[in-house]
Amino acid sequence: MTYLRPDTLKEALEALEEGAPRVAAGCTDLFPATETRTLQGPILDITGIDGLRGVKKTGTGWVLGATTTWTDILRADLPPAFDGLKLAAREVGATQIQNRGTLAGNLCNASPAADGVPPLLTLNAEVELASRRGRRRLPLNKFITGPRAIALAPDEMVVAVHVPNSAGRGVSGFLKLGARHYLVISIAMCAARLVVENGKVSEAALAVGACGPVAVRLPEVEAALVGHPMDPGLVDGALVTAALHPIDDVRADARYRSEAAVELLRRLVVGAAEQEAQAA
Amino acid sequence: MKDDFPGIAFTVAGARHVVAGSPGRRLSEVLRDDLGLRSVKVGCDAGDCGACTVLIDGAQQCACLVPLAQAAGTVIETLETAEASLARRLQQAFLDHGAAQCGICTPGVMMAALSLLRETPAPSLQAVEDALGGVLCRCTGYRKIIAAVMSVSAPPATRSTARAGEAVGAPLQRLDGGPKVIGTEVFGADYVPADTLLVRAIRSPHPHATFELGDIVAWAAARDEVTTVLTARDIPGENRFGVIPPLADQPALAESHTRYLGEPVALVVGRPDALEDADLSDFPVTWTPLPHTLTQADGGAPGAPQLHDTRADNTLVRGRVATGDPDRALKEAAHVVSGDFETGYVEHAYIEPEAGVAWMAGDRLVIQACTQAPVMDQEDTAKVLGLPLSHVRIIPAAAGGGFGSKLDLSVQPLIGLAALKTGQPCRMVYTRAESMASSTKRHPATMTARIGAGPDGRLTGMVFHGDFNTGAYASWGPTVATRVPVHASGPYRMPHYRATSRAVHTNGPVSGAFRGFGVPQAAIAQEVLFDELADACGMDRLAFRRLNALEDGDATPCGQVLTSVGIVACLDALKPNWARALADAKAFNAHSRDKKRGVGVASCWYGCGNTGLPNPSTIRLGITAEGQLCLHQGATDIGQGSNTVITQIAADALGVAIESIDLIGPDTDLTPDCGKTSASRQTFVTGKAAQRAGKALRADILRRTNLAEVMSIKLNGSVLRVSDGVQSQDIPLDALPVDSNGYVLWAEESYDPPTTGLDEDGQGIPYALYGYGAQMAELEVDLALGTTKVIRMTAAHDLGRVINPLLAEGQIEGGIAQGLGMALMEEYIPGRTHNLHDYLIPTFGDMPEVVSLLIEKPDPEGPYGARGLGEHVLIPTAPAILNAIRHATGARVTRLPAIPHRLRAAIKSAQAERT
Repeated sequence: MTYLRPDTLKEALEALEEGAPRVAAGCTDLFPATETRTLQGPILDITGIDGLRGVKKTGTGWVLGATTTWTDILRADLPPAFDGLKLAAREVGATQIQNRGTLAGNLCNASPAADGVPPLLTLNAEVELASRRGRRRLPLNKFITGPRAIALAPDEMVVAVHVPNSAGRGVSGFLKLGARHYLVISIAMCAARLVVENGKVSEAALAVGACGPVAVRLPEVEAALVGHPMDPGLVDGALVTAALHPIDDVRADARYRSEAAVELLRRLVVGAAEQEAQAA
Repeated sequence: MKDDFPGIAFTVAGARHVVAGSPGRRLSEVLRDDLGLRSVKVGCDAGDCGACTVLIDGAQQCACLVPLAQAAGTVIETLETAEASLARRLQQAFLDHGAAQCGICTPGVMMAALSLLRETPAPSLQAVEDALGGVLCRCTGYRKIIAAVMSVSAPPATRSTARAGEAVGAPLQRLDGGPKVIGTEVFGADYVPADTLLVRAIRSPHPHATFELGDIVAWAAARDEVTTVLTARDIPGENRFGVIPPLADQPALAESHTRYLGEPVALVVGRPDALEDADLSDFPVTWTPLPHTLTQADGGAPGAPQLHDTRADNTLVRGRVATGDPDRALKEAAHVVSGDFETGYVEHAYIEPEAGVAWMAGDRLVIQACTQAPVMDQEDTAKVLGLPLSHVRIIPAAAGGGFGSKLDLSVQPLIGLAALKTGQPCRMVYTRAESMASSTKRHPATMTARIGAGPDGRLTGMVFHGDFNTGAYASWGPTVATRVPVHASGPYRMPHYRATSRAVHTNGPVSGAFRGFGVPQAAIAQEVLFDELADACGMDRLAFRRLNALEDGDATPCGQVLTSVGIVACLDALKPNWARALADAKAFNAHSRDKKRGVGVASCWYGCGNTGLPNPSTIRLGITAEGQLCLHQGATDIGQGSNTVITQIAADALGVAIESIDLIGPDTDLTPDCGKTSASRQTFVTGKAAQRAGKALRADILRRTNLAEVMSIKLNGSVLRVSDGVQSQDIPLDALPVDSNGYVLWAEESYDPPTTGLDEDGQGIPYALYGYGAQMAELEVDLALGTTKVIRMTAAHDLGRVINPLLAEGQIEGGIAQGLGMALMEEYIPGRTHNLHDYLIPTFGDMPEVVSLLIEKPDPEGPYGARGLGEHVLIPTAPAILNAIRHATGARVTRLPAIPHRLRAAIKSAQAERT
C-alpha cells in the first residue's frame, strides 16, 4: 500500500502519471467513506506541496490554491463578492472540518450538496487542472459533470480555483437550509451575487445546490432581475422550479426543495438590497 | 519523494515522538494506541461527533480525519497534554457547572473550548456555540457546557460543600467527575490488557434471511491474522438471551436464520494490528434473503412474514388498562377530539459505541464493558456461555451514554465467548454503523386516540390504542406495551378509560428501552389532543390541564389512589411564565409576517421502577478497622449521577460528611445487586436502600455508645467519634472483630418498592411512586421554510425532594435535548441513517435556554421524599413543542419528526383550511 506525500507539484504529477493514486488533502470525505483505521491506498497526499495553499490576488483575478481550507478562505481579505463563499465556508460542517477540508476537495468530491459549489458558480469560477501533459482550465459547471462525477483525467489533479476580476464585483450572499445548526448536510442552498449600478441590477448571478444532481446557475431567473431595482418579486418561482431536478430523500421531498429554493433566492435578493443600502 | 516514511515525527507536550507505521493511519488511533493518549475518544470515525477533537498547531481538528503523515512536524495537544493552567481552570468550571455527565464527549469539547479561550478569553454565547459546534453531546443538552466555558474568565465560583448530615439538597459536584474532566475515565474501549485479541463480527446484510456457512476452517487457515472463527455452534450454553427471561429469544450469534439487518452470525478473532483493517467481505457465508417487514403496519398485517413460531400474527404481547365505560362517556361528551399519530425509530446515539474487553482469571470470565445492568449481563452471559453465575464477573466500564440501550447485552457474550475459546483477552469496539445497526431503538408507534370532555371542560373519557414496532426480538417490548396503557391518560383524572397496546414484531432493528419506554410517544397523542380539546371547550390550554390534573386522593385509571401528586404544583409553577410567554408571542406576531412565535405546554407522569414486578436494590456500607468507610454502590452511573446521589443519601442517613465515604463498585464481585439503571429507579429504589443501610449502621453505632442519639459521626483513623451534639464518645475500631468482607462495622439493606401485579383490566398498583412534570416551549417557526427554532423551555418537575439540584438540572436539560431531537429531527431508517450525519441529533446550535423549576412535594415512599427524574424530563418536551408549533402556525403535525418539509406541508394544509 503506497502513500506518497511529495514536496513538489512535479513529483505529484509524476506519481499521477505512473499510477492513479487517490488524491488526498483534508481527508474530510475520504476518511468518512471508510470504516478502516488506515486510508486504503494508493494515496497521493498533496498537503506537503509548497505553493498549493492560500488565496492570492493576481492581475487577472483571484487564485485559490488546491489545498486552501475553508478557514483560510474565511480569513482571507476578499471583496464583498466573496461574502457568499465565506458564508458557505462558515457552514461547512463545523470548525474542525473547516480547518481541514479544502475547497478543491469539495469540488472533486462533487456531492450534489457540496457547499462550495453554488457560491463559486456565482463567481464564474474556473478549475485549473494539471498533469505532466500540461495545464488546462475548465469552467466549474464543465468540471462537475454529475453527482460524484468530474471531468478529471486519471493523470490530472486540481491545482487551483480561479475567479476572474470581472466576477469580483457586487454584493453576495449564501443561505443553507438544514434540519439543524452546525454539522448538517443541506436540504437546499442558494448563492447570489448581484451588481447594482445606478440603482438597477446590472449583473445577477444566482445558483442553487442540493436540488438536483449538480448545483446550477439560473440564467433565465438572473435575466429577469437585470435592468430593474433589486426586487425579490422578480425571482420567478416557475422559472426556478423548471431549472431544478430535486429528489425525495430522508432530508426532504422534491417539491419542498424547489419551493425552499425559491424562498431562499428571494431572501438573498432582500439581503443583497440591504447590503447595497448600507453601502450607499 | 517521501514514499518510505521511516517514521513520522511530531511534538506532544514538548516531547518529540517518532511513529512508524502506515502514514495513512488515523491520527486518533495513533494517539490512543501508540502514545496511550486515551482522552482522544472515537465516536464515529467520520468527523461527525468531534469526540476526537485535538489541537494541531493550535487549531481544532478531528483526529479521526487526520492521516498520520499530515502530523509530521506539528505540535499536537490532547486533554492530557494541553497547557495546564487554562485546562485546569476549564476542568474546574466543568465540575462547578455540572458540564460533564457521562464524560465521553468532555475531552473533545474541552479541546475545542481551549482553542477558543486562547484567542478569546471572555467569549460571547455565539462565539462559544460556533467554536464548540463541531462536538456532539447526548447527555447534557449543552447549556451547562456553554455556561462553564463562559465562566472561565470570571473568578472561580465557591465550590458547594455540605456539612455532615446536610448533603441531601446540596448542589454538590459529581463525585466521579475528576477522571471525566481530566480525560482519564476508562470507557469500554479504553482498557486493553497485553496480548489482547480483536473480535470482529460478521453481520447479516439483509433484514431477513437464512444462511449457510461455507468452509470457515479453510478460510481462517488461509489468513495469518485470524486466530479463530466462532459461530453459534461454538456457543456452549443456551444461545438465547433477553432482558425478560421468559421471553428470551435473541441468539448471541444467529444459527441459520437472521431476523434484522446487522444481526451477527460469526466472530472473527485475531491479531488486532492485522485484523482491524482486514477485508472480511469474502467470509464464506451464503445468504438467502426472505420476505421481510419493517413497519408495524406491515408486520402486523395478515399474511406478513412471521418472525417467531410461538407468536401468532407477529404479536409479542398486548397491554390493556380499562376502567368505567369510555365508549358511552365519549358518546355523551360535550366535546370530543380524535387523532392519529405516528412516530419513527429513534436512535440513542450515545457518543460511545459499544465496547469492552473480556479475559479469563483462572476459570472465571471477567468482562469489562459499557453497560447499564451488570447483574443482568452476568446472568445472561453465564447462561449463553454455559458457565455457573459465580464464574462470570462483570466490571462495568464507564458508560459513554446509555439512555436505555446499554441495558441489553451487546459485546458481552461475544467477547466472553472469544475469551473462553482462546484463553486470551479479547476486545470488541463497535463501529458507529455497527452500533447503530445492532443496538436497540425507541419503538416506532402508530397511535389513535379519542378524548372527551363535558361542557365544564372536565375530562369524561378516553380511548387509546397504539401499535408499537418491537423489531426482531422481544427486548423491552413487553415493558413498553405494559407501560403505555398505564400512562396514556397523562397525569389527569380520567373516569372512563380504555387504553390498549400491541407490540408487533418486524424485521426492523430491535426496539428496546429508551428513556420513557413508550410513554413519550403516547404523551404526544394525548397532550396534542388536549390542546384541541381545550380549544373546543373554549378554555386556556394551561387552565384546562390544571382543571383536570390529578390531585391527592384521586384514583388513576389503574384504580390506584394516589397520595402525593405533584402535577398541580408543576402546572401552577408555569403559570406566570405562561402568561408572559403568550403576551410575548402575541406582541412578536403582531409585527412579523414571515415568522410566527408560539407557546405550548405538556405534562408528564411516570411511575418509577418496574411495572408491577419486583426490582429490589441492596446497598452495603462498611467501616474497616483502619477507619475507612466504604459504600458498595452497584447502580451503574451512566452520567445521570447515581454515584453522587446515592452517596449523598447514604452520608446523611449515616450522619457523616460525604467526603469520608469511599465509593466501591459497581462490580459484581464487590457490590450487591442494585438492579438496572432504568425506569428512573436508582434515586428512588437504590437511594432508599442506601438510606436504610445508612440508618441501620447509624443505629448499630448508637447501640455501641451510651448516647441518646447520633448527631454526627467522624472517622479519625481507627477511632470513630460519635456526637449527640453536646457530648461525644469514641469507638476504637481496631478493637472490633473483622467480618468476612473486611469490616468491623457494617450494614446491608435492601428495598423493593411495594407494588401489585395488574389484572386483565390493568387494575392494581403498578408503581409505588410517580414523578410529575410540565414543560412549556416557546419557539419561532419560519412559515415559508417550515423550520423551527426553539427559543426557551421552561420545565417544572416535582422531584419530591431534590437530592442534588445541579445534577437534577443536568437531567432536565439533557432530557429536553433528546425530546427536542425527537420532535424536530430524529428518525432512524434501517440501512440508511447508520451514521451521525444522516441521523441528526441536536447540536450546540439547537438547544434553547432552559429554565428549570424544581418542585418539592415529598413522596412518603421515596428516600427523604425523593422521586425519580431521569425519564420524566423527556416526556413533555416533544408534545410541548408540537403544541407551540400549532399555536404559532395552526399546523397540526401528527407524524414525527416535524422536519421542515413535513411542517411546511402541515402549514400549507392549515392555511388552506382557513381560507
